[in-house]
Amino acid sequence: MLSYTIRRLLVAIPTIFLLVVACFYMMHFAPGGPFTSERPLPPAVMANIEARYGLDQPLWKQLWDYLVNIFVHFDFGPSFKFKDRDVNDIIAQGFPISLTYGFLSFIVASAIGVALGVTAAIKHNSWIDYFAVSLGIAAQALPNFIMGPILILTFTLWLEWLPGGGWNGGQWQYLVMPVIALSTSYMGSISRITRSSMLEVLNSNFIRTAKAKGLSNRAIIWRHALKPTLMPVVSYLGPVFVYVLTGSVFVDIYFSTGGLGQAYVGSALSRDYAVLLGVTILYGALTVVVNLITDLAYAWLDPKIRY
Amino acid sequence: MLGFSKKETDRAEAVADNAVMQGRSLLADARLRFRQNKAAMGSCVILGLIVAFVIIGPFFAVWDHETIDWTAMGDVVGLGAPSISSGHYFGVDDLGRDLYSRTIQATQTSLLVGLIGAGMALVVGTFYGIIAGYFGGRLDGLMMRFVDILLAIPTTLVIILILVVAGKSFTTLFLALGAVSWLTMSRIVRGQTLALKRREFIEAARAGGVSDAGIVTRHILPNLAGVVIVYASLLVPDMILAESFISFLGLGISEPNTSLGALIAEGAGTMAYGTIWQLLFPLFFYVTIIITMFFIGDGLRDALDPKDR
Amino acid sequence: MTGEALADDQTFTYRILDEHSSVDPQVVEDVSGAEIVRDLFEGLMNQDEDGNLVPGVATGYTSNDDNTVYTFTLRPEAKWSNGDTVTAHDFVFAWRRAADPALASPYQWFIELMSIQNAAAIIAGETAPDQLGVKALDDHTFEVTLSAPLPYFPQMTTHSTTFPAPQKVIEAHGAEWTKPGNIVSNGAYVLTEHLPQERSTRERNAMYWDNDNTIVDKVVALVINDENVALTRYLAGELDRTEVPAGQFPRLKKEHPGEAISFPRLCNYYYTFNLSDSGPEVFKDVRVRKALALAVDRKIIVENVMAGGQTQAYSFAPTATAGFTPPTTEMATMTQAERDAMAIELLAEAGYDKGNPLKFNMIYNTSEGHKKIAVAMSQMWKQKLGVEVELGNMEWKVFLETRGNQDFELARGAWCGDYNEASTFLDLLDSNSGYNDGKFVSPRVDELLAAAKTAKDASANYTEVEQIIAAEMPVIPIYHYAGVYMMDSDVGNWPVNNVEQNWYSKNLYKIAE
Repeated sequence: MLSYTIRRLLVAIPTIFLLVVACFYMMHFAPGGPFTSERPLPPAVMANIEARYGLDQPLWKQLWDYLVNIFVHFDFGPSFKFKDRDVNDIIAQGFPISLTYGFLSFIVASAIGVALGVTAAIKHNSWIDYFAVSLGIAAQALPNFIMGPILILTFTLWLEWLPGGGWNGGQWQYLVMPVIALSTSYMGSISRITRSSMLEVLNSNFIRTAKAKGLSNRAIIWRHALKPTLMPVVSYLGPVFVYVLTGSVFVDIYFSTGGLGQAYVGSALSRDYAVLLGVTILYGALTVVVNLITDLAYAWLDPKIRY
Repeated sequence: MLGFSKKETDRAEAVADNAVMQGRSLLADARLRFRQNKAAMGSCVILGLIVAFVIIGPFFAVWDHETIDWTAMGDVVGLGAPSISSGHYFGVDDLGRDLYSRTIQATQTSLLVGLIGAGMALVVGTFYGIIAGYFGGRLDGLMMRFVDILLAIPTTLVIILILVVAGKSFTTLFLALGAVSWLTMSRIVRGQTLALKRREFIEAARAGGVSDAGIVTRHILPNLAGVVIVYASLLVPDMILAESFISFLGLGISEPNTSLGALIAEGAGTMAYGTIWQLLFPLFFYVTIIITMFFIGDGLRDALDPKDR
Repeated sequence: MTGEALADDQTFTYRILDEHSSVDPQVVEDVSGAEIVRDLFEGLMNQDEDGNLVPGVATGYTSNDDNTVYTFTLRPEAKWSNGDTVTAHDFVFAWRRAADPALASPYQWFIELMSIQNAAAIIAGETAPDQLGVKALDDHTFEVTLSAPLPYFPQMTTHSTTFPAPQKVIEAHGAEWTKPGNIVSNGAYVLTEHLPQERSTRERNAMYWDNDNTIVDKVVALVINDENVALTRYLAGELDRTEVPAGQFPRLKKEHPGEAISFPRLCNYYYTFNLSDSGPEVFKDVRVRKALALAVDRKIIVENVMAGGQTQAYSFAPTATAGFTPPTTEMATMTQAERDAMAIELLAEAGYDKGNPLKFNMIYNTSEGHKKIAVAMSQMWKQKLGVEVELGNMEWKVFLETRGNQDFELARGAWCGDYNEASTFLDLLDSNSGYNDGKFVSPRVDELLAAAKTAKDASANYTEVEQIIAAEMPVIPIYHYAGVYMMDSDVGNWPVNNVEQNWYSKNLYKIAE
């Protein structure tokens, strides 16, 4: 297990390296640069700016300097757009925010989703089942971005219960709407996967045997059925965890949370190369680590798998 | 946005295993199982109705999807509300364009996006996966590392860059969606091909002097059909959801054409301004399509997977 | 002091669309950043509610006869927020810093535009920054030498690039100097909090020389990307000011009388034809250009699409521009029916009608408002003239690149005046201008604009340039901007008459409700 983990992590290094190189060239291939503006800068001014940020160097040299800075100095460079801040700063400020509401959404989505799915499966073909299935499907079928304005209209304008946006250091009033908005659709899909997985398990031979032996329903579900039920769910949760962090741009846009999702999309649109690459590396590394954890969790759940 | 579950993969693999073992009789069996699945059959009917509406609907339209009704434009909340007499059955959008025709046009776009996006994933992923799996060895290792790297790039970035670099059009939209969706498909196909390759009937064919191309087209592809179809059907709603996210970012297709995602994004912005129909009509079609696609995908999977229930 | 009862809580909260780029006065380049910098720092001169020049750190100035040397007298009581006196040396440091290639400010061009001696050479890296034509005669006397006479030079000292900078603080903290806690400023406020992409807060600076007359204690800028959400939060009472989404002004005015306000702004909105070699041949025919310009029903765009008190544009420079009288053109006086008839006629003369439709494409950058206008225009042309237009929306940077490379046929454009004078707009059509993306060339226009630079009264030149634009129609002016806000009725003294919208929080107050 340990050697497997180490091997996987070693493979991750060239993967992330290639990721940086690919993104670097893709980014520079996009029309316009960080200093393309409505008022075209005079050539002398542009030359000064390019010299300051090293953009006058050939691309391979820029890439080399960039890599050296990252791996030797652990410095992702200055932001081209937000001139008072550098990339380390932006990530240090935005990532904890994304992580907080992303992680909470993940917990909420998994907890409610699994509970809903398990209940539906146990009460198969009852009204509870139908209700849970409809809820799950509706939650998954709604495009998640429309949750933003709906929640703000409801809770801020009409009910006056919650502030309409901001982060305020992560106070709970500011967390409620982002977490609901982000977790809804994942909650839906998790409940659907859990339900069908549970049904499959409940129909399997070993559960039938357990029933025949006269074990109580509760014992069967908790002690025997839950673990195999969760296997497909866990493999789905891995990507979801990365997506709640990377796909959260609509949360940042609607709720002004100041997370990394908006900074990321914004940096792509404003050609803020340094921010874009920095966040891409972070997300790439996160993907690799989360995939590894998923596989390890899978091994724990399924004794048949050995690495 | 695009969360593909390993579970889907696993089940699809199970389907293929069965397909290989049980041969032809499975198809007839699967057809029967699918017919007995009420939710899936009902969804087929509803989806059929939507497709029919998209085809026949325009004949009843008074306005086309791009013409501005200048009188309605001046008073969207009043004159622009849904009404039979004005010819705007679904009301008008913020610019006074007929929402009935625009919804039809948007539904066309979204259905096409779903089908073509999934189709591209199917073609590219199958091709790539078969080559990697069939030839194996170092080529396989190289091709799969490449897929791993692409999988580590955030999808949002890929989509934004493609749409930014290549400009906005139907083609680039399909390209962007196809680019992010074929990866998982190729992994599934590769795994299946690896397993199939070691089966006796393939060995036999090879011993009998059948060429590589012959083995792939005559023996491997037919046996992959089940898993590929199931997975592609599950991809269709994912593609439609992804397109709506692209539209939300303002990177969707160009005016005067539109998609359900674009209409919903517009309608969601103005929902508090007394023009709620601008959100509800497109949302209704969108949700209906997604839900029916879910049920059809599930139905196909269950039908092709006899061990389940 | 104001004649009205003041509220106990003097906090002004407003929405900004996007995170500000910087609060460093020499570096800031966006509007929301400049608004913050105007509160944090104070330059030589300020603007009042009507845009007139009033004393800032300088109590006044004198100039020599040919307007090439300006001498500003600084008030001795002006202080930095750490208690240090604001001296002429702070200005010398700041202005050299702005021109210094090492800082590489995008606003170096502004120092060049101010025609300060040696500015161009310093920016080009040929001369050291300490050769800039600025001098501290003593602690409270600041002298500027220009390379060319510039009558409106003092107006330019209201711009953030020219604000003083605290040398000691910058040297002590380096790039970190603008962080709350480090930053030292000389304006009515100091930056006390900055949560990127969420909000920034500035609070009263007790050291400010005119602190006794400042009423608002605290100003909060909230970043809200979505304008509809911003409006919802305004209605929920979280904001004192936000922008009104296009088309919603009439309804809001009815439902919230006294809160929905609209006033003219110094910005224009237009479409430019590509007249360069890479542009379509058909746009080189003035009849086609005129026909298209005539057939745009500006009344509909202004009243039904934007509906926020914008004005129809028949001249390139906004009518609100100081000292500018737009000529009475034929087009401005016609009814829309007459314009449409003339457009059909002109297009027919050029060889196009509904049977043989004119085809071209037009581009705009992605935004809900631009989309609406582009769609409305294309439909007007289609329904009246049978013209077939292909619409292309592009993401901002791609759009700028495409337009700047003359890789378009018809493109959206908009410009907000750098200063309140017609040349800031009309210079865009100078054939040497870097912003002349349509590549319109008229020797007469170049000549008139060059002469206007040194003329005592240039208004006749501007009127003639507008007449040429009306005759040649290189651009289609659509409308002139309005500032359309929801402004809480307890906000006092918002400068609606300042067309450049250079507002200072120190001049605002909150009325008791």
